[in-house]
Amino acid sequence: MSRATLRAEDVTLAYGHTTVVHGVSLSVDEGGVGLIGESGSGKTTLARALLGLLKPRSGRIVYGSRELPAMGRGERARFRGAVQPVFQDGSEALDPRMRIGASVAEALTAHHRMDRAAREARIAELLADVGLDPALAARRPHQLSGGQRQRAVIARALAVRPEVLVLDEPTSALDVTVQARILDLLQRLREEHGLGYLLITHNLAVVDRLCRTSHVLYAGRVVETGATRDLLTRPAHPYTLALRDAVPRIGVPTAVPAAVTARPAGTGAPAVADRGCPFRHRCPLAVDRCHAEPPVLRDAGGGRRVACHRAEEVLSGALRQ
Amino acid sequence: MTTVELRGTPLRRVGNLARADVLATVGAVILAVIVLAALLAPWLAPYPADGGSATHPAEALLPPGADHWFGTDQVGRDVFTRILFGARTSLFIAVAVLGLAAVAGVTLGVVAGYAGGVVRDVIMRITDVFLAFPALLLSLALAVVLQPSVTTVIVAIAVTWWPWYARLTASVAQSVAGRGFIDAARCLGVPAPKIVFRHVLPNSLTPVLVQLSLDAGGVILTASALSYLGLGAQEPAAEWGLMVEQGQTLFTTDWWVVTFPGLAILVTAFAFNVLGEGLRAGLDPHRRAR
Repeated sequence: MSRATLRAEDVTLAYGHTTVVHGVSLSVDEGGVGLIGESGSGKTTLARALLGLLKPRSGRIVYGSRELPAMGRGERARFRGAVQPVFQDGSEALDPRMRIGASVAEALTAHHRMDRAAREARIAELLADVGLDPALAARRPHQLSGGQRQRAVIARALAVRPEVLVLDEPTSALDVTVQARILDLLQRLREEHGLGYLLITHNLAVVDRLCRTSHVLYAGRVVETGATRDLLTRPAHPYTLALRDAVPRIGVPTAVPAAVTARPAGTGAPAVADRGCPFRHRCPLAVDRCHAEPPVLRDAGGGRRVACHRAEEVLSGALRQ
Repeated sequence: MTTVELRGTPLRRVGNLARADVLATVGAVILAVIVLAALLAPWLAPYPADGGSATHPAEALLPPGADHWFGTDQVGRDVFTRILFGARTSLFIAVAVLGLAAVAGVTLGVVAGYAGGVVRDVIMRITDVFLAFPALLLSLALAVVLQPSVTTVIVAIAVTWWPWYARLTASVAQSVAGRGFIDAARCLGVPAPKIVFRHVLPNSLTPVLVQLSLDAGGVILTASALSYLGLGAQEPAAEWGLMVEQGQTLFTTDWWVVTFPGLAILVTAFAFNVLGEGLRAGLDPHRRAR
């Protein structure tokens, strides 16, 4: 496929003096890319940068062969159209005062003129494509269910014929049964429209379903990268392992080592940013070296990259009692 | 706490609000009466000619009675008639001042709130300059420089009033600008002016509407004050502040000449205020029943 890809190259993002994302590189392709991490790990900030809503402090956001901040007006418009967001909360993503049809129409006319009849027809077509009754175009967001709102958001995104969707927790606000249907929809749309997905979530089952590769983000750094299924079955980073084992399963007590859950990501993070591994205070395997020397992302074999001094031990089951 | 259901048809909404807030309803009813009185003054007034320059020296300073409900003034004009015509002047001033102030203030505020950065700083510093002067003093200074007239009053008050709307709107617009649907519109490539006027503005208006209602009373009071000081409406125009000024020396002997226009000012300002408070309470999402 010759379609343009969206890439982050060594991107650092900051709000004022607080650096939220440290030198992250990733590339979105049609296989689907997952970005896994807990709240505060910087994943939503990274998504905003990839959407062109936030300027990187350093590094580049590249679409096709052009860097985002350097793009001319026309190209910028094309980029905006080419990469569309689907956020967690459909009620936040739609203007509460606008009817669904008007929201979709705005997307349709953002780049092209369109006469009324063609517009109406296209709105109906888009709503039908995401499994919504076209009659819902006359409703306002608060008159729809959470799942319907999320479908409307997807329909609006598709209106500009995007090449990449940035999905930020697209199903987290929905009931479990509705989640499954939205995931079905996303899977079908990807095949029909040839979309690239960047999926941001803490829900590992969702990543497993939609993404061929995944990145695990901790305190604004990629700590592990690899093929999703492989990554989740054989984690090489203690944090990935903790995330996976924290997934509740029916009848099985959750098996997260107490040391890992003890402290949230934010605690002490700025002070330790420059020296040592950012995860060391929560890591049950931390040794002196982890306090002195930050681990860099290195090859761990089989396409896996990991930032941990003791990755081999994690792979061989050192964290399993 | 009272439960107000804000969905449904507009009429139903108004009905629900009315039941929930008796005081605001009283305010709205009083205002409706005043507006009708203003509109229909030429037909309602018992002596329409007295709204202008008519004089009846033989009937000067008659106390309230069956022929003249609120009595007559120094030149024999019916005070009730002049109060009805005065409602026109007062409401016109309120609408004109708030219209000018809101259009200027809201436009600047919404741009400042959405654009942020340097644009916001420049607009906000300009508003600060206007806010640095005491409002009445600035109005007075302007009114003194310009020719005394109703137009002067309107301009003088609007100049001191718009910065409040700019500030209010800027802060609301700033929070609206951070919401998801604004990001979504930006990602779609919707041009900034369209985002500002189609999304940010309509979603920032509720507190402005409340403020307009709360402010209308204050504008009428200020306009009356300027007219009272001789800087606004001029004889023979019927204006409540001017009527108070002309009647004040007669207070001990012919109390009705000053009392009734004073009451008209008081009642109108009060009605706008309670209506505004009611709107504020009814439209405040934090006080909405979930």
